[in-house]
Order: sequence, then C-alpha cells, then structure tokens
Amino acid sequence: MIRPTRTKSSLINTNKKLSFVFNGKKYEGFQGDTLASALLANDVKLIARSFKYHRPRGIFTSGSHEPNALVEIIHDDYNEPNSKATTVELYEGLVAKSQNCWPSLKYDFMSINDKFSKFIGAGFYYKTFMWPSFFWEKVYEPVIRKAAGLGKLSKNKNNKNSEKGFLYCDLLIIGSGLSGLISAYIAGLSGIKVILVEEDYVFGGSLNNEVFKISNMSPQAWVHSILKEIRKLSNVRCIENTSVIGMFDHGVFGAIQKLKEGKIEQIFWKIMSKKALLCSGSLERLIPFQNNDLPGIMLSGSIRSYLNRWGVNNFDKILLFTNNDDTYLTALDLISNGINLIGVVDTRDNPRIFDPKIKVFKSSQVVNARGKLYLKGVDIVNKEGELTHLKCDYLGISGGWNPNIHLSSHTGVRPEWNEKIYAFVAGKKNVSTHLKAAGSANGKFSLNECILDAEKQVLEILSDLKIKPKKYSLPKIKEQSFEIDPFWFVKIGSQRKWVDLQNDVTVKDIEMAYAENFRTVEHLKRYTTLGMGTDQGKTSNVTGLAILASLSNKSIPDVGTTVFRPPYVPLSIEALVGSSIGKNFKPTRLTPTHNWARDYGASFTETGLWLRAEWYSQKNENHWRMSVDREVNSVRNSVGFCDVSTLGKIDIQGKDALEFVNKVYCNGFAKLPVGKVRYGLMLREDGIVMDDGTTARMSENHFIMTTTTVNAESVYRHLEFCHQCLWPEMDVHLISTTDAWAQIAIAGPNSRKIISKMVDKQFDVSNKNFPFMACKELTICGGVLARLFRISFSGELAYELSIPTQYASSLASHLMEIGKEENIIPYGTEALGVMRIEKGHAAGAELNGTISALNLNMGKMVSNKKDSIGMVLSKREGLNTSDGLRLVGLKPLKANNQLISGSHLFNSSDKITPKNDLGYITSSCYSPTLKSYIALGFLKNGCNRHGDKIKISNPILGKEDFAEVCNPIFVDTNGEKLRA
Amino acid sequence: MIIDHPLLGPRDASEFIYLGDASLLNRPNWDEENSEDNFYKYLYLRENVAGMHKELWFHQQGDRSWLVISRNTITHEIFKVELATEFKKNMEKFND
Repeated sequence: MIRPTRTKSSLINTNKKLSFVFNGKKYEGFQGDTLASALLANDVKLIARSFKYHRPRGIFTSGSHEPNALVEIIHDDYNEPNSKATTVELYEGLVAKSQNCWPSLKYDFMSINDKFSKFIGAGFYYKTFMWPSFFWEKVYEPVIRKAAGLGKLSKNKNNKNSEKGFLYCDLLIIGSGLSGLISAYIAGLSGIKVILVEEDYVFGGSLNNEVFKISNMSPQAWVHSILKEIRKLSNVRCIENTSVIGMFDHGVFGAIQKLKEGKIEQIFWKIMSKKALLCSGSLERLIPFQNNDLPGIMLSGSIRSYLNRWGVNNFDKILLFTNNDDTYLTALDLISNGINLIGVVDTRDNPRIFDPKIKVFKSSQVVNARGKLYLKGVDIVNKEGELTHLKCDYLGISGGWNPNIHLSSHTGVRPEWNEKIYAFVAGKKNVSTHLKAAGSANGKFSLNECILDAEKQVLEILSDLKIKPKKYSLPKIKEQSFEIDPFWFVKIGSQRKWVDLQNDVTVKDIEMAYAENFRTVEHLKRYTTLGMGTDQGKTSNVTGLAILASLSNKSIPDVGTTVFRPPYVPLSIEALVGSSIGKNFKPTRLTPTHNWARDYGASFTETGLWLRAEWYSQKNENHWRMSVDREVNSVRNSVGFCDVSTLGKIDIQGKDALEFVNKVYCNGFAKLPVGKVRYGLMLREDGIVMDDGTTARMSENHFIMTTTTVNAESVYRHLEFCHQCLWPEMDVHLISTTDAWAQIAIAGPNSRKIISKMVDKQFDVSNKNFPFMACKELTICGGVLARLFRISFSGELAYELSIPTQYASSLASHLMEIGKEENIIPYGTEALGVMRIEKGHAAGAELNGTISALNLNMGKMVSNKKDSIGMVLSKREGLNTSDGLRLVGLKPLKANNQLISGSHLFNSSDKITPKNDLGYITSSCYSPTLKSYIALGFLKNGCNRHGDKIKISNPILGKEDFAEVCNPIFVDTNGEKLRA
Repeated sequence: MIIDHPLLGPRDASEFIYLGDASLLNRPNWDEENSEDNFYKYLYLRENVAGMHKELWFHQQGDRSWLVISRNTITHEIFKVELATEFKKNMEKFND
C-alpha cells in the first residue's frame, strides 16, 4: 500500500517522486528520503535476515549505527554489499536487495539455525569444529563461510574512481548538529580556518528530527539561517556526505566523502588539523527483552526522526518503552500527528508528566514481543508482577543515550564513566590535545547545555590558538531537562533477549561467556563477537558491559570498556587506494634514451621503477634470443652501446671526500690517484655485501660513485647516514646526480675508434694516455661537456660516457651515424646481462643480502688495516668457514640444457635432501660466445671444485641435470681484452 | 603522524623513512681489543622501550636530513626533533 501523503517536512520534497526497486518489487519514495524512510513509508518492515540465526529483521535506527538493515545496492557494473538502508540517499532507479537470505527473505532456509540456537550459542565454533583437523579446511570452513558472513562482493570492477585529497585547517568540527553549527559559527567569525564535516547528506544533525523552536524558528529554518551566515565566511569549508573515519597521531584525521554525481565516486581526505571538536551527538541504546529483535521494534528517537524529518506517519498502534525523558518527545510528536499511541511503558516509578493525554505504564517493563515475521504485540509486567498483553505494530525503545565518542578513543584513550547520564564520555586523560568533545557528544543532554558547552569548548580552543573571538550571539531554546534511571535489561523470561542485533549476541551468550570465565571486557567481546561488525556495537556495547557488570556484581566503570578503533564507518579498500592502482601504483621512470630506443624498436622491461630497453628486435628476428645473441656477438666482435643511466650516481666532494670513500668501501681507496677509477665493494655493518660499483677520482677532492640500479636510493641514504650520524665532523658533501647525467656504455673491440671520433681533438684517448680504469672530464662533439670512464662490465675494451641528460637521445643517434663503418648496434639489458655472466661479474641476483665478500671470492679485498663499514663483523668466525659458499661458474654437460636460476646443487651421488644441499644457482643464460648455456651460482667450497661434476635439482619444476663446476669468469680470464 | 622538522617545520611522516634506535650513532672503534664484541652489541642489542625513545628518521622525500626524534612509543607523542649532526655534536661535547 502506498500512502497518499506524508506529514509535511521541509526535508522531504513530495513534489519529486523517485521510484526504486527492493527485492524485485517497485516502490515510490520522495526526494530527501533514505532507502529506509521510503521502505517504512511503503509499509516494508522485513528488510534483512540476521547474521547467525537468520532471524527476520527490520529497520532499527535512522543512521550509520544501524545494525540490521544491511542491503546490497545493485549498480549497472557492480554490487555494493553491506549498505545501510538508513544512510543510502534515495535516487531515481535505485535497485536494492536483501542479503543473507536464501531462497527469499520471507522463507529463508538458513533460519533453521534459529531452531538449533540452543546448540550454537557463543563459542560454538570454537568448541565444535576442533577435529579432525583436516575437516576444517575441507568441510567446516566452506559450510560456515556459505552460511555466515555479511553480503557478497560482485567481484566486478567499479568503473567509477576513488580519489585521495589533503586538507589543512586550524579547527576540524565533526558533526553539524546544534553544537557543531554553533562552534563553526563562533570559530568561523574569529577568522581561523575551519572545516565542518557532516556525515549525513543534509546539515543539522539531530535538529532535523525535531519540531521545537530555536529563536522562534523551526530547527530546520534555524539550521538554514546559521548555515547561511557560516557560508558567508570564506575561512569555513562545509562538507556534507562525509564521515570522519579515524583520528590518528598528531591531529591527522581520515574522512571519506561520497559524491552523488560525476566520475569520482568517493574521496578519501587526509585532514591535518591543529585542533578538532567532536560534535557527533549521541546514539540511543536498546533494552534487551525476549524477542526484542522483531521487525517493528525500533529506537524511540529513530521513530521520531522518521516522523518529523521524513514525514513517515504510518506507525499504527505504537507503544514506547523507556527509562528516560527523551522518549516523551517522541510520544508528544506522535500524538500531535494524530497517531494512535497506545502509551509509554516506563521503568521508573515517578516519571515526569509531559502531557496528560499520554498513557504511562509506570514501573513497568516490556518482557516479551510477539509475532513471527513482524511485531504483533507485547507482554508487559508491572511492579506487582501483573502481566498485560498489548497489541501493537510498532514499539519504540530507549535504554538511554550514549555520547558518540568513537573517534575520541582512536589514539588509545579510554572513555570515562559519567554517573549522571549513565554513559561513557570521552576520556579526559587525553594525551593528544587535538580533540575535545562538545555538546551531546560531551554528555550534555539538554539543548541549552549543548549551546553553552559548544561555546565554552570553542573559546578554549581559540584561546589555545591565541585568537580573540569576534562578537557573536547565541540562540535561545525553551529549556527541557533530561532525566534517566539506569535500566539495562529485562530479567524476566527465559527466551532470547538480543543485545547485539548485528552479531546475534543475546543476554544468555554473555552469561555463558561469564560462566566460562571470559570475564574481562576484551575476552567477552572476542568470545561472543559483541560489538563487532559493520556497526561496531554502537547501539549495544554499553548495554553488554552493563550486563557483564551485573553478572560480576561490579560497577560498569569497574568492568571497564573496550576502546574503539578506526574506521568509524566501514569503507572500501578502494577508497584507501584511490587512484594509486595499476600503472599508477608506482611512478614509471624513463631512461634518457627512452624515446630514441622506442623508435628504434626496443622492447622494454621493468627494473625497479625504471623501464629499460631489454633488446632491439630487427627484421627477421622472431624470437628474443635471436636479438640478444646478435647483440652479444656484435659487441664481442665489433662495438655496441647501451644506456646505463639507471645506475645510481653520487657526487662526493669535500676536503675529506677521499677519507670518506675509503671508509664506506671495504677495499682500499686511500691511494686512488686523480684520473683513475676503482671497483668498490660496499658492506653493511654486519659484514654482508650491500652493493658494489665504481668510484672515479675526478680531482683532488671530487669523486663520482656509481651504485647498482636497484640500490641507488638505499646506498645514497646509507652514505648520508655515515656522514650525518657517524662522521659529521668530516668535510664531505653528497648529492645524487642520477637524473642529471646520462651514462652510455660503449663496448667492444672497436669502441676506441668510436670514442676517438667523438671526443674533441685536444683530448688523447689512446691506450697509453687513457688506459684501463682511467677517467677524465672532457668535451665531445665540439664542446659538449662529458665525463669518460674506461671501465667495462662486458669484459670487452669499453668506456662509459657521461653527458648531461638532455643530450642523451642526440648522442644515441650520433653514435649510430659515426659507427656505421663498424656496424655499431644498440644493445639492451638482456645482452648486458649475458655478457656480465660470461665475465663472472656479480649483480643483483648474487648480492642477495646473505652474501659476504668471501662468498664472492673477494675476501682478500676487505682491508683490515683501516676502519670501514662492515670490516669488523666481516671477520667473524661464522662468515669465514673454509667450506663456505663460493661463487662458481656452471656449464651443463649438454650445452643445450638450460640451467635454471634457483635450482640447488648436490653431489652427483647424494640424495636430494636439505642436509645434502651444497648451494644454488643465481644467474643463468645462453652464452652465444661459448655456444652453451652457462650459469653463476654459489657452491660450498666452490673454489676447490672447479672441474667437478655436480647434480642440479629443481624440485619445484621436477627437473634434475648435471653440470661441470668452473671458474665464474667464462671469457677472457686474464682480462687482456679490457686492457687492449 | 606529523614530524616537526627543525629546518622545514611540520611534515607528514610519509615523507620519512624510519631506521631505529638512535644508539646507532654510537659506533664503536674498530681497532680496540674487543671490537668484534662491541660491534655485535652495537648492531644487534636494543632496549625495547615502552615510553620515551630516541630514534633515527631520514627525510627521504625532503631535505635528506637524518633526524633524532624523541618519541613516546606508547602514545606516539613526539617531544623533540633534532638534526642528527647537531645531536651528535652535543653528544660528543657531553662525553668530553
């Protein structure tokens, strides 16, 4: 049945109808509705099935604390599970369905769990699914997963985007109810930068649920007028539809903003604020009694908000059950709307009389709710123990109000008990001075108290910030005080009384946990799941603690409370990821010759953040090996060039630069002359190899160090550590010049010819005047500044040429031009890798963080005549055993058998067991020079085993092979080519 | 977290890289009799402090300063942020 009208409300536009679909049926609502208010107005009471027992459940609240009404919102391309019907703003064409039920909401197969509830109380899983252990994975878990859980992911990609943003302010105000608006107004007038955040899609907080007068205006009109004033202030930013999800250290807050239109669906804001004011109001709590989870039973204040804000007036035959005064506001509003209010069941002996028209059942309790899928009636018991049955369709309950202090404990501050309002308030021992609570969130439950408290808190904040407030005026409200008697749960009755509706936790479960000695708050929570789930026990936590307190004969503050953790409301991982996804996950760095290489047909490979040319396919090459073999052969026979700019370059200058370099490398640098380069091995302080590279002495006090590509950042950080933290007295200056200088390796027997054609005439690069390991700053191509190093990674006669980055592409073209005669070619990282394996040079695969200098056959390089990082600990016994791992070369007995990196090494006759393991392969390739597969690896006692036959096992691939151990330097063992 | 850099003012912690206990500033001498033992202690043995802790952070996405930060490991409150170079100089003065 669709109601013809709703009660008039300024927040509902009855001229704008919106149609929507719920569980396959079409309904109509109005602009301003939530899905929940529209469903209620359409008399849809049954919304969902509960998590564990699959009990029928309806709408319980009117906000983000909703435990029951979780639905799946169906979008064109994906489904959004666990959406709270109470916070989803209705839009034209919305499609939603119930979750956690099969085959239908009304006839849910799994509700059979409810019949067996006696057997599956708290701790059931822990006790039952214990053994046989293999049953867990095969049987129990799949069955439980199917039966339990909240909602399902559609696993489709959401085509809308999430973004991340940063905001800065002096004061962040969380919540735009009475206290929030007044705070924003006073703070805004003072001129400080204010951000006012509202979770709802309209500002005003609980004022939107009320009909009393503020300064002779309706609350909604007052909200409108003060917002207008606030929005005139350019220093205040008001954001709706945004939930602050967490408070983090030092005034950093996270907030998630949902956008209605456009391609961006949500923005995750990181808000840095000097101060923050929590004006998040308070949340009503329930009273457990038998069957208090039936659809039709709602929080009293939520009924008021559906009535006043959304004009929902089809609450026929309604009863209220309370221990406090607030419920009478609901009663008054129901009566004035002509709704059939049966009465108010009040646990108190002498509640205040608000209106003689309200029938009050004093000193009474609702002890049972009747009905199967919906509420049909209740049983009440008075002080004398007389039982009365009352028919009703709706029951509004209120066990009091809890200040909404979730955020205040995110940094570990425990809430404190307030005996006046029977609720927890934000802990005062707040080490972080960033957050204060104000108004209702601070335990002030009358409106005038809220106004005064907001004023007080803001003035204190302004005084902390040393800002003088400007003149302002405060609204006036006819006073109403708030009184409450503690009443936590109905003791009468043996059937289930629900405490946590979302997790199906009953009073009995808490009693059982207590009986089984799970008596601390934290244990209780984990054993019963009280307060977990998407609502984090916002309506149930304090009630659960009160029950525990009553069981243990302690006061609630003595029982203590758990602290809340972020997030305040659930948010998708996508929201946190933002646009940092796929290719945008990490930045991509391009080499200086990238565009040239791309045009020349290179394919690229990722090395760290870099994209590097891996090989250059030529016509007729239909396999990468053809390209790589050709490139290697060209270099070994004539000349080729390769962009090695990705190597880290660190410029080291200063009077103590030489001493510094000598201390960070384990080998000697003290005698390195100007104009010479030396290979350097860098150790970690624990004696393990950190990195290697070359360092050139360009002048007396100027050195250029290179690092491996992957360690460029960490080596630089390490050098800064050595300088700033260990030897600050040294006169040394470090700067990374990796991006400033392009570096091109030119290698092959004809490389000198190419270099000679390039360098300007006054520079002599003959073997005599520019021998192996020489370096020089010079000019090329008629005046371009360059640095030339005669170093070789390939084992050939080779140079590395450094030029300012912007010339790199031109240099590549120029090399192709002047090298025509020598058939110069560009080569990629794969050919580079093949040649370094052939030459036995260690690289990333060998420097794996467990390898010492001795393992690399470089033990003698570690000088013990000087202080250097790692020297002392490299000498420890465990790193110096004579049968330790040594770098060796490996050649398969059959040249065409590929050796696989990661395979392990064994004696030919030994069984493949961890005990017999002798080492492993680190790098392997096909060597076109040797016309065989080859590999490098570490082998125990490897130096003494050259010539031995050894078994290679790869149990993962199920492969076994044999290889001959050899010198890791496969080509030009004596280094004659380098010096040619 | 926000780190109040002595030269650059308040900066987001995501710009920094954490290393660990500031006792790493006290590197032992290499040429003493029991240097191996001293280095072992220097590198591997740490106090696991619940409370005030001096620790090293590097401003990687910034000015490349190494900082000594005095932080309460329970509350994350930061009491002092100093340049490691300054800290080291004062430390040496103190030791003299």
